[in-house]
Amino acid sequence: MVIKEFRELSRDRRTVAMIVALPILLLVVFGYAANFSVDSISTAVLGPQAQQVESQIPDTFTIVQTDPDGDEETATDLLVRDVADVAIVTGAQPIAVYIDGSALFTAQAAVSAFNRLGDQVDVEVLFNPDLETSWVMVPAIIGLILTFIGTLVTAIGLVKERERGTLEQLAVMPIKPSTVILGKITPYFILASFDMLVVTLLGMWLFDIPFNGNPAVFALGAAIFLFVVLGLGVFISTISTTVGQAIQTAFFFVLPQILLSGMIFPLEAIPWGVRWISYLLPLTYFTEISQGVMLRGAPLDSLWLPFLVLTVMAVVVFAGAVLRFRRSLAPATPHARQKAAA
Amino acid sequence: MTVGVEDVTVRYGEVTALDCVSLVAESGQVSAIVGGDGAGKSTLLKTLVGRVTPDSGRVVAPGADRIGYQPARGGSWPDLTVAENMAFVAGMYGLSEAGAARRTDALLERAGLAQARDRLSSQLSGGMRTKLEFCLAMVHEPELLVLDEPSTGVDPVSRVELWRLLSETAASGTAVLMATTYMEEGERSSYVTVLEKGRILLEGPPAEVVAASPGVVFTTEKPTRPEFSWRHADGFREWWPVPPPDANHPVDVDLEDVTIVAVLRGEAEPAPQGGSQ
Repeated sequence: MVIKEFRELSRDRRTVAMIVALPILLLVVFGYAANFSVDSISTAVLGPQAQQVESQIPDTFTIVQTDPDGDEETATDLLVRDVADVAIVTGAQPIAVYIDGSALFTAQAAVSAFNRLGDQVDVEVLFNPDLETSWVMVPAIIGLILTFIGTLVTAIGLVKERERGTLEQLAVMPIKPSTVILGKITPYFILASFDMLVVTLLGMWLFDIPFNGNPAVFALGAAIFLFVVLGLGVFISTISTTVGQAIQTAFFFVLPQILLSGMIFPLEAIPWGVRWISYLLPLTYFTEISQGVMLRGAPLDSLWLPFLVLTVMAVVVFAGAVLRFRRSLAPATPHARQKAAA
Repeated sequence: MTVGVEDVTVRYGEVTALDCVSLVAESGQVSAIVGGDGAGKSTLLKTLVGRVTPDSGRVVAPGADRIGYQPARGGSWPDLTVAENMAFVAGMYGLSEAGAARRTDALLERAGLAQARDRLSSQLSGGMRTKLEFCLAMVHEPELLVLDEPSTGVDPVSRVELWRLLSETAASGTAVLMATTYMEEGERSSYVTVLEKGRILLEGPPAEVVAASPGVVFTTEKPTRPEFSWRHADGFREWWPVPPPDANHPVDVDLEDVTIVAVLRGEAEPAPQGGSQ
């Protein structure tokens, strides 16, 4: 029995990958990435004494901008646009310090550091004044839900069609492959959009989370992100023949996004040896957009980078996956059979 | 050439699934392709319906909208009701709502599924599901109906009902082509093609195939020609090219016997090409 089990296991590459890769992934993530302490806080120093303050500020605060002409309005704008997590405005006593509360752990570290200065500074946490974890988590969870539906549920839906043989039935019908693909994917797009709406509204209602930005920017970001995760779902369906395989494979795509997208552990706290993985994950960019729009009211032009990366990912992943799926609807040509046999 | 394939060869890497196979599906007939697993039955049907492009040879088939196809696995959507399955497939073939409803009523009535129209496909018995899948393949009144092992795993009563449906369909002018592993279904068809390892072993009207089988078959307790003997019931059957001098108990052979004889003869004296009788 034991030998038979080992033999079966050794031939199930996905399970072997789970047994081997998962412990390594968890070890690396929890060993390196599971760190809530932020060592570097991006800081802007503004106002007439900006250069003087800059020279006295501790190393934890990494100066990203010094502007002697800047004022409170400049400070808020820098935080909204995520140029800095902390903006110090000099010129008055006490010195005004604005902290971006949407970067929760960074904000906590900054508040703690400035509180030690007592009355010398007037600290104001913007966008999440009570530093509520739920305010930061819910925008990220919206992305996680989209990932779950887009990747896992879509992959299962498509693989089911293949597993029970009905994909074969669809392939011989007098309809275009694009019709089949569109017909299969559209319901998941609609369902995920509906879920996103429900979770966003529910999150705002239950946790009093504000929606400070433009809903259209948020919707655009969600739609592009949805194309990426739907693409991943379609891709998984093309490399899986059973629902079990699809679930196993989706696990490899979803788990790193939960752990490394900045949803749980702040990106700034993850060492670069692991953090580069975070920048390959679509959820990282959607979280930037959702937190930015909902909490900081970030405008579209300040979120150009996550939008650009997500758009490139959407085009590459979605188009690639759909082309792969299309191949399974096309007749098996001699060339394709030769390739498959090789 | 009417509907069919001509000198078709299909390879999967080093494996030749079909080796220069020709076949015609005549209108108004049930033609059966009989063979074991890996004989090439499904590949042949998939080639005919356009799912497999052959390495060489010619395929003549009506357009996709004139073909009804039931794949070997599945063919109906388990989470849809019988009526929803019919409506979906009818819609895919471009039938109007009224036309689809009329056709659905007629087919379900014929198949004895009228009372089950609101049941989920997953809740149907194997036999009922097979009949539903037949109805789905027939909803658009195709010229060519292609069924891949529709009766495998189906109880004998349902198989009889399925055959009634197939016969009625053929009688209405449709060319019915089905793959099966059951020899008796081959015998019931108008034209049988026996495939073995991608080659045609036997073909023709079943009675003619049986009649044309060379030699004689005897029952025996103790085989004297092991390479031409096979178990049958409590004893053995043995093939001889001419009756042996002391032979007893010659038997009336059926399609199964002549297929076994053809396979054994092929193994004893491999044909350089083809292998058809």
